[in-house]
Amino acid sequence: MANTSLQSPAIAATETKRSRYKWNRIWRNWQLYVLISPVIAYYILFQYVPMYGIQIAFKDFIATQGIWGSPWVGLDHFERFFNGYYFWRLMKNTLGIGLYSLAVGFPVPIILALLMNEVRAEKFKRFVQTITYAPHFLSIVVVVGMMMIFLSPRYGILNHFIEMFGGKAINFMTEPGWFKTLYVLSDVWQTMGWSSIIYLAALAGIDNQLHEAARVDGATRLQRIWHINIPGIMPTIIILLILNIGSIMSIGFEKVLLMQNNLNMESSDIIATYVYRMGIQNAEYSFSAAVGLFNSVINFVLLVVVNFISRRVSETSLW
Amino acid sequence: MQIESRGDRIFNIINYTILILVTLIVLYPLLFVLSASFSDPQTVLRGEMLLWPKGFNLNSYVKIFQNQDIISGFTNTLIYTSLGTLINLTMTILAAYPLSRKDFVGRNAIMALLVFTMFFSGGLIPTYLLIKNLGMLNSLWVMIIPNAVSIWNIIIMRTFFQQSIPNELQEAATIDGCSNIKILTRIILPLSMPIIAVTILFYAVGHWNAFFNALLYLSDKEKFPLQLILREILIQGQTNDMVKMSTESAIKQQREVEGIKYAVLVVANLPVLALYPFLQRYFVKGVMIGAIKG
Repeated sequence: MANTSLQSPAIAATETKRSRYKWNRIWRNWQLYVLISPVIAYYILFQYVPMYGIQIAFKDFIATQGIWGSPWVGLDHFERFFNGYYFWRLMKNTLGIGLYSLAVGFPVPIILALLMNEVRAEKFKRFVQTITYAPHFLSIVVVVGMMMIFLSPRYGILNHFIEMFGGKAINFMTEPGWFKTLYVLSDVWQTMGWSSIIYLAALAGIDNQLHEAARVDGATRLQRIWHINIPGIMPTIIILLILNIGSIMSIGFEKVLLMQNNLNMESSDIIATYVYRMGIQNAEYSFSAAVGLFNSVINFVLLVVVNFISRRVSETSLW
Repeated sequence: MQIESRGDRIFNIINYTILILVTLIVLYPLLFVLSASFSDPQTVLRGEMLLWPKGFNLNSYVKIFQNQDIISGFTNTLIYTSLGTLINLTMTILAAYPLSRKDFVGRNAIMALLVFTMFFSGGLIPTYLLIKNLGMLNSLWVMIIPNAVSIWNIIIMRTFFQQSIPNELQEAATIDGCSNIKILTRIILPLSMPIIAVTILFYAVGHWNAFFNALLYLSDKEKFPLQLILREILIQGQTNDMVKMSTESAIKQQREVEGIKYAVLVVANLPVLALYPFLQRYFVKGVMIGAIKG
């Protein structure tokens, strides 16, 4: 704006013309602004006001003095968290579950899509799809409830089988060693079908001529999968990988909370459940806000870094 | 078709075997729950019931329909789902239409404002404090307003408006003197029924399955949605009030409790799973449209 005066009068004239044209467009479309205003109001109130509220992480929140009036304490809460008894346990579990989910949960839908793509019998394909998509619609409460029933040490069907073959019943839900595996496998069970849709869509977009040509050259099914299908869906894989790595520390907190009990705490306590416990149950708002902020900043940084690396290496990125 | 090589035939056999196994692994627990809910709880507990109902009866269902908590949870969930979905749909259309217009000045800035929240948010505690300050704790609205719209669905709908409705149609209407709101109600919406159906489905399933906001913000049991009642029955095992304490022995009581669990699972999923096979293609369509842009 400041250098407008330095420009020649002709340029200045077109500038004003353009801005008049712009105002004209805004004026003509005033109804659109009216339409979208409730949505913007919603986003400001329920998304950006809480972001403003993050400052209590650096303050000692006193309810009567409000967010603004509470005294600053700097990084005290963060220090207390980093030096606290639970810090390493929380980090280990949060990262552990995140990485485990990524390692197992990420490739499975890709493999499933590649396999389904090879099925020529349409009816069979549709049957497999219908069944494997279904668990996506179950609530987390239901999935965890089903796990509890099937894995119950006395009545669960899995333990019936174990005992039938002479094994000893395992109390899966209270055994810390089983927690992460149960979390990851039940997640795979619930989401593999649904997550494969996006890869199936990408596979459908691959040019059939490539396959024809490869077939003429005598390529086998496996060779065609390896040299045509997988490279064909690589951009999709990378985008989803970025998103998944970016959310490695934001694991399905609701499910962990439901699966958590006093006995498996050692391997089920993650940052998000700790925030819930300290903040909502113990009303230590400032401290838990600090812990939560720590988690979301790591998430955000991870996403940005992975996106940057991917843009450099493979020219595929989110932005 | 070409003649398949031996390698390809082997590949086919392995492929079908894996897919059949995967399907069975997904299907079996669901069938088991369904069969168990119709069976004599005793056979289920002893591990005698493996696939088909044994000692067919409907006792568990009778019991849960006599249960006050489940009925009130069911009613609450119906209210939250219908009201919530209505607001969600309205808000999504209100956002998606202006954002789909190329001549909407400031659409990139507004889009950025909305998309940023996908990657960063205030977090649990500041949001909780906000809800508390707004006086929304323990009210019906807390189940509806804080999730009034989802950016994901806005993107899906906006993409549909841009790609499936010819721009010339809107231009012609403008020349004929149609206002923007009229274009939306007379032209865009009637042409967008498929995407509106998808949006309704996504939101409705979300509301039906939601439990965390209720856990966080609601304290009166009469306001609990079904999922929270389910959590008590399935996960915390608070089924005591449901089975009469007085006459029956503890073991028998345990059996009934277990029987109820299966029936509760079926009832909670029934609306979604019964509709699902018919709606599947709409859901998939929604994911596809989202994927193009995502």
